[in-house]
Amino acid sequence: MKEINSVKIEFLSRSSNESFARSTMAAFAAQLDPTLDELGDIKTSVSEAVTNCIVHGYPDTLGKIQLRARIFPDNSIEITVRDWGRGIADIDAAREPMFTTGGEERSGMGFTIMESFMDKLRVRSSTGRGTTVTMTRRISPRAQLRAAK
Amino acid sequence: MTITSSCDGGALTLAFEGELDHHAAREAMLGIERDIERYLPRACVLDLARLSFMDSSGIAVILKAHRRMAELGGTASVVGAGKQPYKVLDAAGLRRLVKIETTV
Ligand SMILES: Nc1ncnc2c1ncn2[C@@H]1O[C@H](COP(=O)(O)OP(=O)(O)OP(=O)(O)O)[C@@H](O)[C@H]1O
Ligand SMILES: [Mg+2]
Repeated sequence: MKEINSVKIEFLSRSSNESFARSTMAAFAAQLDPTLDELGDIKTSVSEAVTNCIVHGYPDTLGKIQLRARIFPDNSIEITVRDWGRGIADIDAAREPMFTTGGEERSGMGFTIMESFMDKLRVRSSTGRGTTVTMTRRISPRAQLRAAK
Repeated sequence: MTITSSCDGGALTLAFEGELDHHAAREAMLGIERDIERYLPRACVLDLARLSFMDSSGIAVILKAHRRMAELGGTASVVGAGKQPYKVLDAAGLRRLVKIETTV
């Protein structure tokens, strides 16, 4: 499927950029005419993925985070969050609910939340080289629904 | 993010306002710990009515309050959770551990 629109942003792994990242993605997704709930799901998932880059990807350094989004004709949005940090040794284990290497300050629910809030979640990673999380969500076509009524 | 605390007859209420993400979580955790040590309440009520956004970082904050209260022989609970925070709490299965009341 050919993309209709796309955006790419790069920023440093400062925690103050978490709200910047989710708000920016929500603003870009707005062209799909999402409901407030759908927008909330996208914001939450972006927040989870970006926080993971900051907390786990770059635990004691500042590094680059890349955020990309593409919009497709079937009213879906694909969001990719990438870092060039530590990487994940065992992706299947990491995606399990409550798995965390973050200690008391983390609950190990980030991937579980992304999985339940988005339609599709793909994780690619290699230790020492970084992690790429790609998530897709189809937005219900409200305008068409209204027109049909 | 701001937290306003008030204690009334053994019940400590912590009212959250703003967005609770990783950026805000550390300070929130320290504040909650401080308040619990100060008042040693029997119940700790986390009021999320004015919380507009929360992600998994907030789960850890609530779990922290839950664990600390359990150590003191008390309970922690959540009230006023709006749609987005509630959906996150629900997806994380937090209802199995903490009593949660919503506004939705
Ligand atoms: N970008 C990343 N770089 C390196 N490791 C990661 C990355 N993302 C996730 N991980 C690993 O996967 C684990 C699970 O991630 P997940 O988001 O599910 O939970 P968490 O971040 O530990 O806790 P929570 O998201 O609930 O605060 C992490 O503890 C970490 O070990
Ligand atoms: Mg996480």
